Amino acid sequence: MELQEFITNFANQFEETDSSVFTKDTVFKNLDEWSSLLALSIIAMVDEEYGVALKGDDIRSTNTIEDLFEIVKSKK
Amino acid sequence: MYNPFSLENKTILVTGASSGIGRAIAIECSKMRASVIITGRNEERLKETHTQMEGNQPDYIIADLSNSDDVQNLCKNITSLTGLVNCAGLTKVLPFPFAERKDFEEVMEVNFFAPSELSRLLVKSKKIRKGASIVFISSVSGVYCSSVAGSIYSSSKGAINGLAKAMALDLAPKGIRVNCVNPGMIDTNIFSEGKITQEQLNEDMKRYPLKRYGKPEEVAYAVIYLLSDAAEWITGSNLLIDGGYTLL
Repeated sequence: MELQEFITNFANQFEETDSSVFTKDTVFKNLDEWSSLLALSIIAMVDEEYGVALKGDDIRSTNTIEDLFEIVKSKK
Repeated sequence: MYNPFSLENKTILVTGASSGIGRAIAIECSKMRASVIITGRNEERLKETHTQMEGNQPDYIIADLSNSDDVQNLCKNITSLTGLVNCAGLTKVLPFPFAERKDFEEVMEVNFFAPSELSRLLVKSKKIRKGASIVFISSVSGVYCSSVAGSIYSSSKGAINGLAKAMALDLAPKGIRVNCVNPGMIDTNIFSEGKITQEQLNEDMKRYPLKRYGKPEEVAYAVIYLLSDAAEWITGSNLLIDGGYTLL
């Protein structure tokens, strides 16, 4: 799996935030649009695209998109 | 002793009795002197419930209610009931765009089709006596409100609610009452999958006017009422148990 593709899939879950905002260093929980629904959407996207079952705590313990990417990679 | 809520001389089948709300209902009904037949999928946990019940209780019956052979077998092992409590249930938390037909089917199977079919078979084979009470564990979700990423669970509980009302009508001539209890969030391991963090649950708890989640026993007390002769004129109703959640 590739980081760039992961960032695109991550960004696709958002409606208001422009896709140009998303980089590997984006601290996603600081985005205005971040919500519990988005957290669940990220978990569902990761399950659908990568076959990895993330937990809410995985989201809680990470800061950047790359942090989360590394977790998904390690669980794959 | 005067007690219109006693379940003495009643025989009650409780599904999903191996954990959570089902377990609490089985235990509390036994304390109200009912004879309680418990069923569930996990033998070890069913045994645990069985040892926690009071009185001389009948054997537990292992059954996966999504398996039609198991359902048939369960019915065969039952002679006569004065109460049926459909508790077996699960949830699947998925934002709507990710909620596929297979996800709905998985939850509907356990939350809707299984209790519907079990009730039907028991009624048809005349194993539910005149004057008996059927109780479904529905929810606030899908009836009064819903929750984020809750389309699957809400649909299943809304379906149960509709079923219960129609059953109440059709079974009234047989003297069988059918009701739902509608709990808000109860302290069970229903979210053990871990998509929802403890932190989020603690935050959610604050949205309840009574500032906590319910206890499984608190659902059991409502079920006991609906099973008892005190509720003899109650059918097709919903009993809300939500710490005030749906007031806001």
